[in-house]
Amino acid sequence: MEKKQVNLDMKQYGMFIVLIAVFLIFAVMTGGKNLSPANINNLILQNSYVVILATGMLLCVLTGNVDLGVGSVVALCGSVVGVLLIDFKVSKVVAIIVALLVGLLCGMFAGFFIAVMGVPPFIVTLATMLMGRGATYTILKAQTKGPFDGSYNYIGAGFLPKIAVGNFDLLCLIVAIIATVAIISGEIKGMATKKKYGFAQNPLWQTVIKDGIFILLVWFVLIKLGQYSGFPFVLVIMGCIVGIYHFITSQTVAGRQIYALGGNRKAAQLSGINTDRVFFWVYTNMGFLSGVAGIVLSARNGSATPKAGDQFEMDAIASCYLGGAAVAGGAGTIFGAVIGAFIMGILNNGMSLYGWSTDIQKIVKGAVLLGAVTVDLLSKRKKG
Amino acid sequence: MSDYILEMNHITKEFSGVKALDDVNLKVKRGEIHGLCGENGAGKSTLMNVLSGVYPFGSYSGDIVYDGEVCKFHHIKDSEKKGIVIIHQELALSPLLSVAENVFIGNEQKMFKGVIDWTKTRARAQEMLAKVGLGNENVNVPVNSLGVGKQQLIEIAKAMAKKVELLILDEPTAALNDEESKQLLDIMLDLKKQGITCIIISHKLNELEYVCDGLTIIRDGHTIETLEKGVDEFTEDRVIKGMVGRELTNRYPAREGVEVKDVIFEVNNWNVFHPDDPERQVLKDININVRAGEVVGLAGLMGAGRTEFAMSVFGKSYGQKISGTVKINGKEVHLNSVTDAINSKLAYVSEDRKTYGLVLIDDIKHNMTMAALREYFSKNGVVNSNDEILAAEEYKKKINVKANSIEQPVGSLSGGNQQKVVLAKWMLTQPDVLILDEPTRGIDVGAKYEIYCVINDLAKAGKAVIVISSEMQEIIGTCDRVYVINDGEIAGELNKDEVSQEKIMQCIMSHNRRGEQ
Repeated sequence: MEKKQVNLDMKQYGMFIVLIAVFLIFAVMTGGKNLSPANINNLILQNSYVVILATGMLLCVLTGNVDLGVGSVVALCGSVVGVLLIDFKVSKVVAIIVALLVGLLCGMFAGFFIAVMGVPPFIVTLATMLMGRGATYTILKAQTKGPFDGSYNYIGAGFLPKIAVGNFDLLCLIVAIIATVAIISGEIKGMATKKKYGFAQNPLWQTVIKDGIFILLVWFVLIKLGQYSGFPFVLVIMGCIVGIYHFITSQTVAGRQIYALGGNRKAAQLSGINTDRVFFWVYTNMGFLSGVAGIVLSARNGSATPKAGDQFEMDAIASCYLGGAAVAGGAGTIFGAVIGAFIMGILNNGMSLYGWSTDIQKIVKGAVLLGAVTVDLLSKRKKG
Repeated sequence: MSDYILEMNHITKEFSGVKALDDVNLKVKRGEIHGLCGENGAGKSTLMNVLSGVYPFGSYSGDIVYDGEVCKFHHIKDSEKKGIVIIHQELALSPLLSVAENVFIGNEQKMFKGVIDWTKTRARAQEMLAKVGLGNENVNVPVNSLGVGKQQLIEIAKAMAKKVELLILDEPTAALNDEESKQLLDIMLDLKKQGITCIIISHKLNELEYVCDGLTIIRDGHTIETLEKGVDEFTEDRVIKGMVGRELTNRYPAREGVEVKDVIFEVNNWNVFHPDDPERQVLKDININVRAGEVVGLAGLMGAGRTEFAMSVFGKSYGQKISGTVKINGKEVHLNSVTDAINSKLAYVSEDRKTYGLVLIDDIKHNMTMAALREYFSKNGVVNSNDEILAAEEYKKKINVKANSIEQPVGSLSGGNQQKVVLAKWMLTQPDVLILDEPTRGIDVGAKYEIYCVINDLAKAGKAVIVISSEMQEIIGTCDRVYVINDGEIAGELNKDEVSQEKIMQCIMSHNRRGEQ
């Protein structure tokens, strides 16, 4: 039997390479400051909510739309936590559950108007952006609520229990080993399946390089974390969410319906996909994840502020497009969005360390987004 | 020697190697109404697009002589400057703008550079409307508050505002009722008195008979003949013969060894109203049935209601106030959604694959399994990608989709291969009844043959197949039985041994006449 081989689709990994390149450039510019364990830890904590929001936003972007209300819902959920913890003195579990419910309801509210009433998502979420922000100011009476109890703050700023060996946390090493084994065994299993069914294989050297770089990155990050305070709890939340949504988008019927709807709505409808229902759940889900991000943010800050989450929607949207999602919908991946979020995060972080003001940072971020999407479109046009 | 306002000589126009027009000649006398007729796809609209500059000079060969001089139009503006205005089948009005604004759209009455003179716009719009018999209309109301018939007249008023000398109307009466049509035709006769030359494209031969002084018949991109009123015989039969007179060649694979069994698909008393207009009935009392192993055609002209019928049956995807019964495998089914239809073993392979059938940016594999994903390729909502790849590979081989791999985006495939992917998508839902809507439009002869083979295989496998096609030869070549649909009603039913293009056209014409009485 002939041996079928196909090359890896480099475009899929282009942004991954950009991520590493940007990081290395800043390592040189800052004289290695951004490589410090404390900074790596910061990068993860600072970007956790953007990553969480970007996974939800990707689903909206896949339908060919965006959710502008995200930042406001984040603030609203944070304010609900603040009021419950400080004014009503309820337990943190109750506060978290109520905040998640509020996020879910905000999402269902948007989803109802989009799916049932047929109002364009841009308008609906513009409205939820205004309403959510207004509600936050009302609830908080325009003042910061805090400080929260340390056990709540654990969610956003805490670490898993350490298995200390000198200054190093063995837990991080264990996670790194588990991750390596998982990646390699997953790849071997995948190759075996391909062989069994006679599907085309990627050349071995390409697979080795791809997995090698990925494993190297995992080890790098985890060893740095181990040298600092250990494994952040937020990384657990983030990892779970990214994993679950990667599975949903790539392996489930529901995920495929989102892609089909975004690629061609009429064709999706005529193929038996209830596009209204898909819209409803995509936006409901976005509200729920905004609730999660609101909890993480308020826990990290140790307080709820009315200005929290300002322009988070823009960061989340930019992450998706940086990660290769199509503006018209129907194409994009969760990993792409996560990488996009980290590119934005590394840019912010690197420029801050280098001493550039936030004004300049905004210009650079804008230019990078514009540049990345332009290059993407031009490369597609050449092919098409 | 007659005075010709327009002579189009030896026009040839190719689309990626396929000759849409081949050495076509058209001569129009000054001040006459000239009809242009032919089957769907014969090349009428292409010819008019060449004339108006939609296809610029250089993209075709041959000469256009207008008013005695050879013209080279690069753009619609060029032909409009000469006074040639084309009114397309689809109205080019901006529905929410006022009548006056629409009359002068792209031709605004200006006070000075860029600033609109509203008084002049309204006054002149009123003038133009008077010329087309709409003198009593308010020019300030939005265009969409008027009926389709009046909108069509506003299109003509728009043309008049451009100082038209040669007016081209592409099927102007297709969406009009008889009264509106009559009014429009009378306006054309009126324009003729004002010295305007008209070319009218129409399927309705009785209308052409009524208004035209001359008539050119086009078939398969060739001019067949030009008839003149008073000189030649000018009857429907004569024209139909010219339109369809062609020998059927062996373009259709023979279907052998198929056993036609019981009726497994039946639609009775099917009534549907227009989705935007609850008063307008689109389909009236349609009754059809199809047997297992039988291929049944739905013939008719464009806009007759065939696609509307298929889509309304397929999970109420079209129309409102739908009534009637559908029986599949002898059991009455209520198909309220596409999912219901798929679950009841009905499949509808839509027309216009790019708009309704495919996700162009996605790959072959995902497109093929799109409709069958929940039922056959997943368990508890999780997709089984291995089964998916196997099925896609199987169908790629089975119906010969030419592509490098099943991972290739369908947007990069040729039309014929795209159509095969859409067919595979619906075959994978394992239907008992398939409705194929224009399954071979815009694809080459070789791919067509392959699609016909697939249709034969489906029949052999005991499926009930319905083919909707605007190409009458295709219907005749592939179907065991044909329903002729016209104006939302069944105009006739023809068996394999009696069906011919003449018969189909006669059904349509006599149904039109019945409608007028």
